Amino acid sequence: MSADTIFALSSGRPPAAVSIIRVSGPGAHGAGRRLAGSLPDVRIAALRTLRDEAGGRLDDALVLRFDRPASSTGEDIVEFHCHGGRAVVDAVLSALAEIEGLRPAHPGEFTRRAFENGRIDLTEAEGLADLIEAETEFQRKSALAMAEGGLKRQIEQWQKRVLILSAQAEAAIDYAEDDDVGTDPTLAKECFELARELGEWLGRPRIEPLKDGVRVVIAGPPNAGKSSLINAIAGQERAIVTDIPGTTRDQIEVPLSLGGIPILLTDTAGLRESDDTIERIGINRARSLVEGADVLLWLGETKEAPGHSRRILVHPRADLAERATAPEGSLAVSSVTGAGLDELLARTSELAASLLPDEGAIALNRRQAAHVAEAQGALEAAAATNEFVFAAENVRAARVAFDRLTGRAGMEDVLDSLFGRFCLGK
Amino acid sequence: MFDVLVIGAGHAGCEAAAAAARRGARVGLVTFRAKDIGQMSCNPSIGGVGKGHLVRELDVFDGLMARAADRAAIHRRMLNRSKGPAVQGPRFQADRRLYRSAMAALVAESGVEVLVAEALALRIEGGRVTGLHTCAGVLGCRALVVATGTFLDARIFVGDEVQEGGRRGERASGALAEQVRGMGLAQGRLKTGTPPRLDGRTIDWSCLEEQPSDLDHWTMSSLDEGIRVPQLACAIARTNGRTHEIIRSAFDRSPLFAGAIEGRGPRYCPSIEDKVKRFADRDSHQIFLEPEGLEDHLVYPNGVSTSLPADVQRAFLRSVEGLERVEVVRPGYAVEYEFVDPRRLRSTLETTDIAGLFLAGQINGTTGYEEAAAQGLAAGLNAAAHALALDKVQFDRRTSYIGVMIDDLTLQGVSEPYRMMTARAEYRLALRADNATTRLGMAAIEAKCVKDRRRDQIENHFERRARSTWSDTEEGKADFLYAPYLERQEREWEAVQRDARVTIPAWLEFASVPGISTEMAERLEHARPETLDQASRIRGVTPAALSALYVAASRRAA
Repeated sequence: MSADTIFALSSGRPPAAVSIIRVSGPGAHGAGRRLAGSLPDVRIAALRTLRDEAGGRLDDALVLRFDRPASSTGEDIVEFHCHGGRAVVDAVLSALAEIEGLRPAHPGEFTRRAFENGRIDLTEAEGLADLIEAETEFQRKSALAMAEGGLKRQIEQWQKRVLILSAQAEAAIDYAEDDDVGTDPTLAKECFELARELGEWLGRPRIEPLKDGVRVVIAGPPNAGKSSLINAIAGQERAIVTDIPGTTRDQIEVPLSLGGIPILLTDTAGLRESDDTIERIGINRARSLVEGADVLLWLGETKEAPGHSRRILVHPRADLAERATAPEGSLAVSSVTGAGLDELLARTSELAASLLPDEGAIALNRRQAAHVAEAQGALEAAAATNEFVFAAENVRAARVAFDRLTGRAGMEDVLDSLFGRFCLGK
Repeated sequence: MFDVLVIGAGHAGCEAAAAAARRGARVGLVTFRAKDIGQMSCNPSIGGVGKGHLVRELDVFDGLMARAADRAAIHRRMLNRSKGPAVQGPRFQADRRLYRSAMAALVAESGVEVLVAEALALRIEGGRVTGLHTCAGVLGCRALVVATGTFLDARIFVGDEVQEGGRRGERASGALAEQVRGMGLAQGRLKTGTPPRLDGRTIDWSCLEEQPSDLDHWTMSSLDEGIRVPQLACAIARTNGRTHEIIRSAFDRSPLFAGAIEGRGPRYCPSIEDKVKRFADRDSHQIFLEPEGLEDHLVYPNGVSTSLPADVQRAFLRSVEGLERVEVVRPGYAVEYEFVDPRRLRSTLETTDIAGLFLAGQINGTTGYEEAAAQGLAAGLNAAAHALALDKVQFDRRTSYIGVMIDDLTLQGVSEPYRMMTARAEYRLALRADNATTRLGMAAIEAKCVKDRRRDQIENHFERRARSTWSDTEEGKADFLYAPYLERQEREWEAVQRDARVTIPAWLEFASVPGISTEMAERLEHARPETLDQASRIRGVTPAALSALYVAASRRAA
């Protein structure tokens, strides 16, 4: 039996101290080697640098390998214990998705495989049923109810358009003789138009930054005043500190709400050249964090600032006499007197806001985006083909993608649309 | 003692009886009148898009319909020629008399014993069917196929006239209907209609658009029996504003709109009054004038099925160009009838409650000869299996339209008469009318339901497929054309198969499964899916409910 290889974030939603990404299936070990270079011995955790296809560094992670059938799913498994930031997790998941033969797991699919391969005992599974129910029910509700029905309406509107296109194509096939329908040349045009519109939506900000926070990273050389700044911001009246996790590793993450914008403020290790092994790991991690930052607050020398598209140059410790004047383009800030803090927060939240869906706008989450992207691809293919039946087939694929998104099974809907719009049948 | 008894000698009954006989069963075919065998009670055509696919599939199992159609074809058209081989639909106009005599001859050849009698009641003992009470005494049997069409509480409407009974001039069997209803199988009422029959000699053909028969000769059956019947042309007439006005002014006399008919009619075969009402902006509808036979002056005006009063029918027809002087030989009418909920059937078409009792054809809520015949095949093959302890023959969605239909019926049920359409087949590109032998040939041979000549043809076909010259054949070219899509479908099918291996025990109470809501339990209870895959295709069943069901099914199985 050839099963797909599946992957998913198996621990809770980031940010968290550690995020566990699990890959299961015949291609799991191959995928593990693609990302980690090599895999450790079975059941031995080892540190590896994860890299994407282009060699870009994703994270340093603990990697574990399990061989079938002695694994939780009964299949070959690789686990990546990454740093629990959203950007890191996203990057690793994206890199996995790039690998041929891998696909994101459906809800409950790991459990399902465990079951199929006899890895879960029966009483365990009975209890899991409730859990699966709760989780998926929550996902379904939250996905559709989120924007007070706005997203639902938008999706329904797309779905309706796809239905009409599908009905049109099906009618031309099943009612070859009726003069009410023909192989309508506008079908391709409308498929193209809808695909373009879906593409536009896919290019918009996703819901995840809204839910998980915009990652604002504070970086600079050691003793630049990063920690003081983070404390000052966290202590600011206008910034509400919602939770402060311990300094679990080498970074502090402070989720806070800045003028209603969710922010994940991250402190990093000081950046400098070092011979110390432990420190070097921390520095490397800090560099990765800088790269993955949504917004970067740089506290070092202007000329040493890393390139970043959303960067604020900060001139810290401006209360000190010798640092009273900030260089051109740098914002003078004092964690002691609070000078410049308001300005810094305003500029930060302005940059962060650009990453979020507009207020009141409807955003897709990753799952929804995947289905919409599938529909978009199918509609593009439908618009591009000259074979009518292929066009119909692709429109059907688009319809199925929407059905999966909304959980509706579709044939009857097509027939309703078909017979409602066209006068068919002898 | 019969192995298999079949009640009803329509399209489903004849195929069921002959199929059971081909598997070696002693079969009795019970009918009111011997001349009902092969009767085309509605339009005189066989096949079409989707329907033609069914006939070709039936043919691979040595079914009768394709061969009878070849012997009676007076007009042939391959529909959808321009849209690619997957959706091309072979369709014939058949000479009614030739078709009936061809079918009677094929039934006679099959060794089926035709018993002219009225079926009164099923004999059921210990949860299984053991025989049939008829007006001529009791007949014992091991399995029984009910293929009685619209016999359940049928009512005929012509305007404000209402008659009890099946088709016009046919008898309805009341006692048996009462028994079936008593078993709790009947679900609701459906409606179907038929157009008036015209005297072709009173039609002015010269002013109508001619629809010629295809020039190339092709056959419905893969066994060409060499019979060449002369070909006739059909013609297309069109309704106009005046026609619609006449129809509209008689809405109050239509049993459809006056509320006398409560059954739901098929959306895809609306009556002309329905078309005029629902599509008020259309200024014209097509009428296909189809001759009923070589030596028959009757013409079937396809497209104007109606239950309006006879005088209105005549008036609106005469407003159509070419039909100004037309004589209506028989007015059109609507039939309303009760049907059985096909969700009470297994995928073999055996009832879930009574062992050995099979139902096939229009009684299951389908419409069309081809749909009926294909169910007849499935029921007949499996009734023989039941009686003689042979392997069941099951059809699946990936390899046949028969499988699509049976799966749709037994899983989703029907809310309107079910008609085959290619849109219903998700593996449409693989299910072509031209590759039925490839898809089903081996299954037919394994079912031991084909005669030597058919077996040779199937084996020969697979030998030719293995040769390098195959890619030059029409079927080979079509294989190549669809190959990329077929690979994708193959992968989808693997996922389906994984789910299909998870069987749901028949006694599982859905409401007792942890994590399944009341609403989901109800949906599942109605459909009684046999596997997880089937459950996943029930309308409205959520992924969450499926997960819970999966866990429950696996636990129970272990």
